[in-house]
Amino acid sequence: MNIVDRRPNPKGKSLSNRQRFLARARVEVKSAVQEALRKRKVADVDHGEKVAIPTRGISEPIFHHNRRTGRSDHVVPGNKEYVRGDEIPRPTGGEGRGGSEGSPDGSGEDAFEFTLSKEEFLDMFFEDLELPDLVKKSLKDTTAVDLQRAGYTVTGSPSNLSIPRTMRNSMARRISLRRPKLSELEALREEVAEARARGEEEEAERLARQLEVRERRSKIIPYIDPIDVRYRRFDRVPRPNTEAVMFCLMDVSGSMTEAMKDLAKRFFMLLHIFLVRRYRHVDVVFIRHTSTAEEVDEETFFYSRETGGTVVSTALEKMLEIARARYPTDRWNIYGAQASDGDNYGADSSRCVALLGGEVLPLCQYFAYVEVGDGMGGSLTGLSRDSDLWRAYSEVAPAHPHFAMRRVGDPAQIFSVFHELFAKGGVRA
Amino acid sequence: MLNTRLDVAQLRADMPLFTGPNWDFGSLRRTYEAIERIAFDDLGLDIYPVQIEVITSEQMLDSYAAVGLPLMYRHWSFGKRFAYHETLYRKGLQGLAYEIVINSNPVICYIMEENSMTMQTLVLAHAAVGHNHFFKNNYLFRQWTDAGGILDYLSFARDYVAKCEEKYGLEAVERVLDAAHALKEHGVNRYAHRSKPNLAEERQRAEDRRAHADATYNDLWRTVPTIEKEDEETAQSEKQQEDIRGKLGLPEENLLYFIEKRAPRLEDWQRELIRIVRHIAQYFYPQKQLQMMNEGCATFVHYEIMNRLHDKGLITEGSMLEFLHSHSSVVFQPGFDDPRFSGLNPYALGFAMMSDIKRICEDPKEEDREFFPEIAGCGDPFGVLRHAWANYRDESFILQYLSPAVIRKFRLFHVADDSSKPSLRVDAIHDDVGYRRIRSALSKQYDLSRREPDIQVVDVDLTGDRCLVLAHYVHDGVLLEEKTCRSVLRYAAQLWGYTVKLLEIEAASDKTLKTYESGPEGK
Repeated sequence: MNIVDRRPNPKGKSLSNRQRFLARARVEVKSAVQEALRKRKVADVDHGEKVAIPTRGISEPIFHHNRRTGRSDHVVPGNKEYVRGDEIPRPTGGEGRGGSEGSPDGSGEDAFEFTLSKEEFLDMFFEDLELPDLVKKSLKDTTAVDLQRAGYTVTGSPSNLSIPRTMRNSMARRISLRRPKLSELEALREEVAEARARGEEEEAERLARQLEVRERRSKIIPYIDPIDVRYRRFDRVPRPNTEAVMFCLMDVSGSMTEAMKDLAKRFFMLLHIFLVRRYRHVDVVFIRHTSTAEEVDEETFFYSRETGGTVVSTALEKMLEIARARYPTDRWNIYGAQASDGDNYGADSSRCVALLGGEVLPLCQYFAYVEVGDGMGGSLTGLSRDSDLWRAYSEVAPAHPHFAMRRVGDPAQIFSVFHELFAKGGVRA
Repeated sequence: MLNTRLDVAQLRADMPLFTGPNWDFGSLRRTYEAIERIAFDDLGLDIYPVQIEVITSEQMLDSYAAVGLPLMYRHWSFGKRFAYHETLYRKGLQGLAYEIVINSNPVICYIMEENSMTMQTLVLAHAAVGHNHFFKNNYLFRQWTDAGGILDYLSFARDYVAKCEEKYGLEAVERVLDAAHALKEHGVNRYAHRSKPNLAEERQRAEDRRAHADATYNDLWRTVPTIEKEDEETAQSEKQQEDIRGKLGLPEENLLYFIEKRAPRLEDWQRELIRIVRHIAQYFYPQKQLQMMNEGCATFVHYEIMNRLHDKGLITEGSMLEFLHSHSSVVFQPGFDDPRFSGLNPYALGFAMMSDIKRICEDPKEEDREFFPEIAGCGDPFGVLRHAWANYRDESFILQYLSPAVIRKFRLFHVADDSSKPSLRVDAIHDDVGYRRIRSALSKQYDLSRREPDIQVVDVDLTGDRCLVLAHYVHDGVLLEEKTCRSVLRYAAQLWGYTVKLLEIEAASDKTLKTYESGPEGK
């Protein structure tokens, strides 16, 4: 008998099977994920999810008997009252007496439920989303380069010397030019000495001549010749400039009810997860505003509470200020997302339009405005009650294809709006 | 090895092998030695060498997904199985099996680290000894399963599939495997094939035949009128057809084998993939016919061994109680009207039947003498059981050994279900008239050839449209389930490359009841 401890073995042996299965069930899983998202809180977004999917694409059919046809016999245990000749009404539904010894895997055919890991879940959710126009039009001023292996060269610095390649060349040359091996020379020398010792002068003389020829040969043909030497070669490859910064602007003034703030936060949280997940080099700047605007960190942006008046233009100014100071447009792709309830200090709206159309939009690759409603209104009353800011921004929109506006009324819409805004290829308002 | 044997010998008889729930490698080894000794000395079992592998619960789930095999090629269906079991397990709907045992030489027995030492003892007695004996001795395993080669074959299969995926793409490989999986139940040989004809033997046979014809020559046959000229022509062409079918080996019930060998449009690697699926299906084929006996044998063996360990004072009272608790839930059989009912529990039925054989051998009643004259009171229960384990399968074992006592214990009754009638009829219960009827009905229920549809390749049109004709022989009017049948046929057509037809033929009357047809690519 032999005991083997397999516990240290790597687990997750069936991981690749699982990936194949998910790929197979992609369509089903995806719609299940969307469905699940409608019901969950944003704070839970980056947890795994249990999804139930119909088994259409993943059924494994085999030939089966149809149990509703023909005659069959069943022997079942647990008789309490029946005697021979009794008639039992046919049970309805699938609950069968007897014949349930089907294949053990035939079960679970209606809906198949399993848990997605966090990674899998987010992958599914963000699958067809991206930041529009991420790559800056010009790559001329790129400074970053990557080194890439590109074969071998005969010149180079000693640190790049490729010893295996060099020795291979050396050995090939030595063999082809028949350079005597050290051991051969040694053997010959010994033979000479032996012959001398035996007193066979003539033989010793002949061997000595041979030895001399070989020694000369080995001197002429060097062990390593400069023509053997090879260096590893590297090419410089310019790296495309995909540095991007995302400005998140949020109204936290008193006019925003808790429900609205919650909606806005949900939107940004989703955006944040999306960005950090998709793009390694995306900077995110959080700006919140009341009657004044300030740059805050992620934690404060999402979780701290604030009240005050509303001057939207301050946030736009702040954004411009930061962009000019830290994110020159020739190096950075700039994106903006703004969430607000649409209320604004009366005279400020025109200023917002001027700022947005005149300065912010020319700077940006893409700018999205999300207006949050109070759950009841928004979508219901829709057109009848456009907010100041919505009306103002509507003037700007037609002239700028990279500006999009959406309304969100309740949490269930967040995901679909988000999807629309960042769908691949972009949906323009 | 020698040292541990001495250790066991030096143990005092009344000193338990272990106390408390924790296990370590020393106690595992000691316990196994003690179990093995009982298996050899008291029960007379004959087993393969054992390799015990300790694994975690995650690894156990991994093995579940790979249908219990330690190595398996990659396919999404195993991922599906994994996801399914994982969900059940995480929800707490399903516990994990305590052990998985693989029929190879040496037998590999997986045990989970979470088990208590008592459970490990139970597992060793159940799997490493009980299943092991059954694997090594049952005639079906001996005939069909190459225990020595299975692991090598699986590793070949995994590598080959991986290589194909690299060369021809995941999707192409998956298409073949999907289709082959759909037909895998019909990719097994049910009977050993005739060996290849040997020239000398054939010649001898032909000579014998001629000699026989000479010896029995009767001139009278010459006067019997022969077939008319035209009839002869049709008879000729019919005979030709028959010849072609004969050469193709038709009818052939191993669909995958036929497709692998004869499908006109498959590439070599696709044929090899089909072959792999076929071989693995064949490996599992005996297990499907032996489930009840296999589990019964293991359960009976662990029960005997645990009791003997307890009698010898090698396990504590506490362990014994823990074992009995677990044992009684394993052999629990809910009645048909219980919500937990899901068919006959193979552990329960197997264990009950084998325990009853033991009782009949040792302490028979009048009724037993009547039913089992050859074993009643023979006094050698293990000899009888070893014989049964070696030479029967579920179906024949029930037909031979299901005793009235077990029928009464389970209160089995026989229900006839005729779909043309509005209600079911109770045909037999546990009384004098009913015993034999229940026994033969239950035996049929375990007969794989009745449980699985009887489908064969009957014809192939090689000169025309290359249509492949399958036949489902309908017994007792039970037809195929329509929806799955169509999807499976699509898969079959995909492999065959041309149209595949399936006829449902009434076996008794040769009447065609229904026809399915499917072209390649779902046309």
